[in-house]
Amino acid sequence: MTSTQAVDDIVRSEYEHGFVTEIESDTLPPGLDEGVVRAISARKGEPEFMTEWRLKAYRHWLTMQTPHWASVHYPPIDFQSISYFSAPKRPEDMPKSLDEIDPALLETYEKLGIPIEEQKALAGIAVDAVFDSVSVATTFRSALADAGVIFCSISEAVHDHPELIKQYLGSVVPHTDNYYAGLNAAVFSDGTFVYVPKGVRCPMELSTYFRINARNTGQFERTLIVAEAGSYVSYLEGCTAPQRDENQLHAAVVELIAMDDAEIKYSTVQNWYPGDAQGRGGIYNFVTKRGDCRGARSKISWTQVETGSAITWKYPSCILRGDDSVGEFYSVAVTKGRQQADTGTKMIHLGRNTRSTIVSKGISAGEGQQTYRGLVRISQRAEGARNHTQCDSLLIGDRCSANTFPYIEVKHPSANLEHEATTSKISDDQLFYCRSRGLTEEDAVSMIVNGFCKEVFNELPMEFAVEAQKLLSISLEGAVG
Amino acid sequence: MLSVKGLRAKVGENEILTGLDLEVGPGEIHAIMGPNGSGKSTFSHVLSGREGYEVTAGSVTFEGQDLLALEPEERAHLGVFLAFQYPVELPGVNNTYFLKAALNSIRKARGESELDAVSFLRLIKEKLKILHLNDSLLKRAVNAGFSGGEKKRNEIFQMALLEPKLAILDETDSGLDIDALRVVADGVNALRNPERSMIVVTHYQRLLDYIEPDRVHVLAKGRIIRSGGKELALELEEKGYGWILEQEQAA
Repeated sequence: MTSTQAVDDIVRSEYEHGFVTEIESDTLPPGLDEGVVRAISARKGEPEFMTEWRLKAYRHWLTMQTPHWASVHYPPIDFQSISYFSAPKRPEDMPKSLDEIDPALLETYEKLGIPIEEQKALAGIAVDAVFDSVSVATTFRSALADAGVIFCSISEAVHDHPELIKQYLGSVVPHTDNYYAGLNAAVFSDGTFVYVPKGVRCPMELSTYFRINARNTGQFERTLIVAEAGSYVSYLEGCTAPQRDENQLHAAVVELIAMDDAEIKYSTVQNWYPGDAQGRGGIYNFVTKRGDCRGARSKISWTQVETGSAITWKYPSCILRGDDSVGEFYSVAVTKGRQQADTGTKMIHLGRNTRSTIVSKGISAGEGQQTYRGLVRISQRAEGARNHTQCDSLLIGDRCSANTFPYIEVKHPSANLEHEATTSKISDDQLFYCRSRGLTEEDAVSMIVNGFCKEVFNELPMEFAVEAQKLLSISLEGAVG
Repeated sequence: MLSVKGLRAKVGENEILTGLDLEVGPGEIHAIMGPNGSGKSTFSHVLSGREGYEVTAGSVTFEGQDLLALEPEERAHLGVFLAFQYPVELPGVNNTYFLKAALNSIRKARGESELDAVSFLRLIKEKLKILHLNDSLLKRAVNAGFSGGEKKRNEIFQMALLEPKLAILDETDSGLDIDALRVVADGVNALRNPERSMIVVTHYQRLLDYIEPDRVHVLAKGRIIRSGGKELALELEEKGYGWILEQEQAA
């Protein structure tokens, strides 16, 4: 078998998590106008301030244009053909324990290998599972409450902690930020809220699994994490989606806020349906993720493993506002088949002696197209700012592509920036060497790819790193590995 | 054990092997010597199944099996091992992890149970001892940033661990200084046993001062033109390849 054939086989491997759970959905008809925005707000029983917040965003969104600068190609999205709300039946009657949860849903989690039951307890992870748009399972809330940590859905937070929502929601990513952030602010369905009080180290890793499941439903998640002075929290976000025909728009917004000496570690494993061999039916993942290091000596660290979606368009960023604050971005992105990804980060250095690290590992196979787009900006006030950027691309086969667009803007003479970039291919020599030692071509590729990604995997929490490695092997099965 | 008959192979339009015959019995060490471009490396690669060579005639039988019909990893599972002339770097892939994966894939293919981490480490320590190597190589990525000598030692270490029935050493001596050569040769000698055959491909007689062959073959223009005992290697060292090529042309 030639290596090109092997590549093709791997590229053709079917999406493993492609199945649809039959659950009756309470779905709004497609279309978007002020009435729909009000209806979403009403269904969620939101207070007036929230409805107004959404409407303001909606009215602004109407004046905005879809962005076209990213290196991704897709037909225009008809925003009137999307349904903006879908919740499992009886949203007013939310389950209080796992026993109350639809067995079909639990079965879905089982298929995905999500250990939502006792395994999670043993692993010490609290799960706020988002199924479609409404959170249906939350565990460990009381253990967290003892520590004073708030971990709940955004909807609950709107009801129970309106003062925090008013203060922080949209304070990092305002609705005016970009087209999809504006849309999200108008119609966001649900999401996660985390609040860690002053000086508290969150006693467990927090974890949310997203799953897009109702047909033709845009999913507009909203995540807000606030870490007060001297606190620490690690948050894991993982997702996977069932196979389907229609393109699905996912426009999430994630906002992180770290006060003095606080640290937020945000890890993502993303495995949404990438579409079939012709690229039909995959998820469009247009996400705005931004962290604000508001306090001195605060730290925000993004780690992402992106293997899914037809189109990925995301730049988890850090605004280094506080003096001596630290921003980190560790990324592994895989594109195969017809997948397209335009991803990277922005490090905005505002405070003095701020430091940032960027490690981006891009893997392209099949006809995958990948772009790293990064911005490092050192402002006039950011004396002594430092950045180290490392951008590596690994190509598998000869029909994929990788581009790197590092933007650097420096307005202070004391800045110290380093940029390293490499592009490599898995060579026939490497494959032959491994095979001559008894390894199959797939094992060889998986081993080389995992080696390539090691620096990023090292940043993931242990159990997530194992999952990420497995996911990478599954995604590249038959694609070279 | 290994029987090569009338082997012809080409790369693109160039015929490199032009009817090569070789018989290797169990436990025998055969040296293949020859000038540059005689087809030594091509022969090693064809035996181990590298892509890019087209076999146009002849056969290679290993323990009764048609070796040419098998994928490289299947040949490894049968016990064929190639020590590379230029060992390949695998950045980021830990050497120990690589070795364990290789050994276990071979064990699995043979229907043996896979070794767990503890027994594997025990095995590794034992092999290091036999070869008088220290464990510094184990923590690094496979061949990445290794010196020439370290790479070759790592090849011999892999061979010790995978315990092949037929080892092909492709110019293992190239690029080694005399001390490194000694270490490698000592390793090879430590791995000699009545069930393990070796084909030592080399340009110089030097290596054969340390690894004593049972048979020496001269490869020229893609086939073996002269075979003899270890004294043939000494004769070559003294007179070079010229005389033998002239004799061949005259004949």
